[in-house]
Amino acid sequence: MSQPPADDVILSVRDLRVRYGEREILHGISFDVKKAETLVIMGGSGCGKSTLLRTLVGLQRPSSGEIWIRGRETSSLSHEELDETRKKMGLSFQGGALFGSMTVGQNVALPLQEHTELEDTTIQIIMRLKLEQVGLAGFENYNPSQLSGGMKKRAAVARAMAMDPEILFFDEPSAGLDPIIAAGIDSLILKLQKAFRMTIIVVTHELASAFLIADRMLMIDKGNILAFGTKEEMQDCKIPRVRQFLDRVPEPEVAEEMDYLQMLTGENPRPL
Amino acid sequence: MAFFDSIGRGAIGGFAYVGGLARLTGRAAYLTVVGPFRGKPVRMSRAMHQAMAVGIEALPILSTITFFVGLILALQGAYELRKFGALQYVAGGVAVSMTRELGPLMTAIVVIGRSGSAFAAEIGTMMVTEEVDALTTMAINPIQFLVTPKFLAMIVMLPCLTTWADFMGVLGGAVFGITGASFTFHGYIQATVDALLQRDIITGLIKSVMFGGVITAVGCYEGFQTGAGAEEVGRSTTSAVVMSIFLVIIVDLVFTSLFYMLQR
Repeated sequence: MSQPPADDVILSVRDLRVRYGEREILHGISFDVKKAETLVIMGGSGCGKSTLLRTLVGLQRPSSGEIWIRGRETSSLSHEELDETRKKMGLSFQGGALFGSMTVGQNVALPLQEHTELEDTTIQIIMRLKLEQVGLAGFENYNPSQLSGGMKKRAAVARAMAMDPEILFFDEPSAGLDPIIAAGIDSLILKLQKAFRMTIIVVTHELASAFLIADRMLMIDKGNILAFGTKEEMQDCKIPRVRQFLDRVPEPEVAEEMDYLQMLTGENPRPL
Repeated sequence: MAFFDSIGRGAIGGFAYVGGLARLTGRAAYLTVVGPFRGKPVRMSRAMHQAMAVGIEALPILSTITFFVGLILALQGAYELRKFGALQYVAGGVAVSMTRELGPLMTAIVVIGRSGSAFAAEIGTMMVTEEVDALTTMAINPIQFLVTPKFLAMIVMLPCLTTWADFMGVLGGAVFGITGASFTFHGYIQATVDALLQRDIITGLIKSVMFGGVITAVGCYEGFQTGAGAEEVGRSTTSAVVMSIFLVIIVDLVFTSLFYMLQR
């Protein structure tokens, strides 16, 4: 195992490879995330960015490589050991993933009830505070099914923040929301980062939102890092594939005639 | 060759399934029994909630079904016994068949339909909506949170339900006994008590505990096996019911033969 990362690096990924069965999704990815910065992970659909997120939070085991979180290598930890790290991380899921059998308030209070010895009245106060921070004050007795899409995401953020995490992950925060609500989520992310100095990692393919909230950006394509830098560096990037993504140019219909022929004849000499 | 190949594949699949069930049961049992000593208490309120859903809410339908099964048993028994002029044995016949076999079995079937399927649907839906992943990322063990209360509720409630089912079956038999076989109610109950041995009731209850374990394991396992999409939830619910019925019958067969050999 190599040396732990520097003190101001809260999350470090080194030569990370992930495979589902025979198919390798991430082909050796390395990057560092500094404390209190907002990193946006971008890439087209199926590029492996969701897999990267699932691997970072420990839902998916890497096939090789290292993940250092808060100075601890986590890819070799058991589930029980990983739980200690997980308590310091929060993940806001794409669809919210709120527990449908509980009220919004119970959803937010659940991690506190499970992991702390706090009095129930204290937990209620923290729960209302967290809901207020995401702009959902007074909604604690609603069921998740009674909330709109944007409110569900806000409630999911409140739940992810319940344990005062050091790293907050967002999976597609503005997917499926109208522009006004999406902008509201963006400003919430900015507010959280400023107010609590949280490290925030966002997976998205919404360009406007990415350039608004990011300190640095990581672009992934076909399981490899394509570009990594500040948003200014990204904007000036000359790599064709990055330009294609940022300038919203569609894939050419036929890449090469031979490929097209092979596709038609069903022979696929190039493994995926 | 293809024939043997498919037999081999089927056998491997079967063993893998039973292995998966055993692993889930083992984890849940560990978290129920050892977990509390390691600072992971079982959520009693959740277990109580499950016990209400599995047990108390099943009483009306279970009572009706087992009452009629008792009555049917009496009618069928009487059909044969009448030929020998031995109608007075109806009470004993109903009592023994209910407590040893049909009480536990009918209870299991009702509980599979009501709760086994519900477990698979609940956990399956939570898989689809990423709620199970959410539990994991919140450092809450999904097995401890979702499966352990269900196990506890089922293992306690199934014997209770079975006892009630036995009683209702006897009551159903008594209806025939009084109207069709010139028993008095008191006389019928007395004949039932005389015919029953303690071990008839106990073997039935042991089986019901086993059935409770099997139904929970299959329901939850199928739930966790759910892939992406709403139709997957339907698939897991269906196979939870079919698989539970199959495995309950197998467990029933094994234990009944075991008790038979032990009591010879």
